[in-house]
Amino acid sequence: MDQENKLQTLDAEGLSLKSVSLWQVTWRRLFRRRSAVIGMVILGVMVLIALTAQWIAPYDPLKVLIGVEDVKRREPPCIHLLGCPADKPQHIAGIDGNVRDEFSRLLYGTRLSLMVGFSTVTFAIIIGTVLGALSGYFGGWIDNIIMRTMDVLLAFPSLLLAIAIVTVLGPGLINALLAIGIVSIPSYARVVRASVLSVREMDYVSATRALGGSNMQILFRRILPNALTPLIVQGTLGIATAILDAAALSFLGLGAQPPTPEWGSMLGSERNQVFTAPHLVFLPGFAIMLTVLAFNLLGDGLRDALDPRLAHVS
Amino acid sequence: MMIQYILRRILTSIPVLFGILLVTFALARLIPGDPCRAILGEKATDAVCDRFIREKGLDKPIMTQFGIYIGEIARGDFGNSIRYSLPVTRLLEERLPTTVELSFAALLIAMLVGIPLGVISAVKHNSWVDVVTMIWANTGVSMPVFWLGLMLAYVFSLLLKDTPFWLPPSGRVSPGIPDDPFFEVWKLTLPETGFVTTLCNFISRLNILNALLTGNWELLKDSIQHLILPAVALGTIPMALIARMARSSMLDVLGQDYIRTARAKGLKNGRVIVKHAFRNSLLPLVTVIGLSLGSLLGGAVLTETIFGLSGVGRILYDAITARDYGIVQAFTVVIAVFFVALNLLVDISYAYLDPRIRLD
Repeated sequence: MDQENKLQTLDAEGLSLKSVSLWQVTWRRLFRRRSAVIGMVILGVMVLIALTAQWIAPYDPLKVLIGVEDVKRREPPCIHLLGCPADKPQHIAGIDGNVRDEFSRLLYGTRLSLMVGFSTVTFAIIIGTVLGALSGYFGGWIDNIIMRTMDVLLAFPSLLLAIAIVTVLGPGLINALLAIGIVSIPSYARVVRASVLSVREMDYVSATRALGGSNMQILFRRILPNALTPLIVQGTLGIATAILDAAALSFLGLGAQPPTPEWGSMLGSERNQVFTAPHLVFLPGFAIMLTVLAFNLLGDGLRDALDPRLAHVS
Repeated sequence: MMIQYILRRILTSIPVLFGILLVTFALARLIPGDPCRAILGEKATDAVCDRFIREKGLDKPIMTQFGIYIGEIARGDFGNSIRYSLPVTRLLEERLPTTVELSFAALLIAMLVGIPLGVISAVKHNSWVDVVTMIWANTGVSMPVFWLGLMLAYVFSLLLKDTPFWLPPSGRVSPGIPDDPFFEVWKLTLPETGFVTTLCNFISRLNILNALLTGNWELLKDSIQHLILPAVALGTIPMALIARMARSSMLDVLGQDYIRTARAKGLKNGRVIVKHAFRNSLLPLVTVIGLSLGSLLGGAVLTETIFGLSGVGRILYDAITARDYGIVQAFTVVIAVFFVALNLLVDISYAYLDPRIRLD
């Protein structure tokens, strides 16, 4: 919070200074950043689409339209407003290689992409937090074993390790999610360990211990809340990476399997048609980019908003 | 001091290397089903399998097997590929140059474009150059590599057909262009096998270098034309990361007191930026460049698949779809070891750039 605002509150409320919580400050700072707002707007729309896909999608994403409508395979988009003859059925994103409505598939894909992002990152945060907390709190050989394991995981380029893990587990969306979750554990473990180390020896922690607090109490109520802000930032940016990696795995045929309407797999199955039906490659990829961009913008905005060193900037 | 630091860093990467081997070994042993049929293929008979299991020591305790595995790797024996019936090392020797050339070109583009853009947007903070660069950098890091590659191919190979900007959508060289290796042009006689032969073969497969060595300008032009699209596709994410980091680290340095001092004593602006600010903003950049090498190696799998380049990434992809586990395991090890070595280099250059690090 800047001085000016504080003074204003002071004026308005007489002499009592209104206290403002960290989250209120963060929200305000976040809303002052144009890029973060853009990210939030895109995400808001995405979430809305994901929640209402079954009502707003004009067709069933899995429905093959042969014999139902007069459409051909990989037909380009037909939009009535843009001069497509009114007697033809409207397909604003065209028809895919299996004669399904591409637009409905794209809408349903939002659901899957967001789910992929949130579930992998939640998985990685939970495991990473436990490992990082144990490592930082207990130190010694526990710390050594956990952190050296994390080093090894980090020694592989993340996409390649995910590919190797999926090879073992077998292709499929759940296995791909698991693989991406596993390869993203180390970054969260490191973040949590660092914040645990930074407060472990502080007086308020010793005080809790002196009052008879158990290890678990100290860890979860006194220490881990400090790791929350870096975890939120890392997590938001991590969702972006997770969505990209999951799309790449699906593109390679290792993730979501057809006919699931997943953007990476939709793009992958039509990649040889890029010269004849570019809309089937462009649109899913663009959707991936937009989602990833939104999370990146929001993550960057959160980092700036939560960084106390930037307090004077806002 | 420096030598001590290097030695210490090499020593600390040994446990990591050991861990890499352990992970790849475990992954290979975790593959569901019978290891013999996973390696030799579904049609292997029981007799063949029995012999295979005995030969490979698969009937021994797991720790002994791990020991055997490490021994094989140490001797440079990565096993054979079922699909190609070739030793994996031979495949590596053939395919690695494509990937090296591609990654190097991508990194070069990323640095040559990313660093100046980042520095300019920091110097012209909040100007339109800055705004455009940052919008572009944010989109750049969010693009799926495979999508960008396909879109580039669409624009440059189809839409710009019959213009001077046309670029080929796949392959490394056009058919019919002579690409004689430099040792044949120079009439060198190489021994049948051995390190020198391997090295010469490797270099001759780096098309651009080979073309330069032999003065084959036709090949040079053609290889560069083929390399541009994949290299741009692969280089875009690192380019955006580098531009962002160059900007923020440059902004950081430009706010320091000694920059004001340099300006106050009347130095020209250009000199302050290049000599005082830029040099000191290099450090975080080296880290980002090092980190983006990882995404480069992962991205190579996707880029090579799209542009029909038969590099390490492509062969890895083919091996996965064909369940050729020997290759998957060996190439994962090689790439991970390569990655560790690159990180080691990054750390060493870090210590070189910032003497304080050596003292830790």
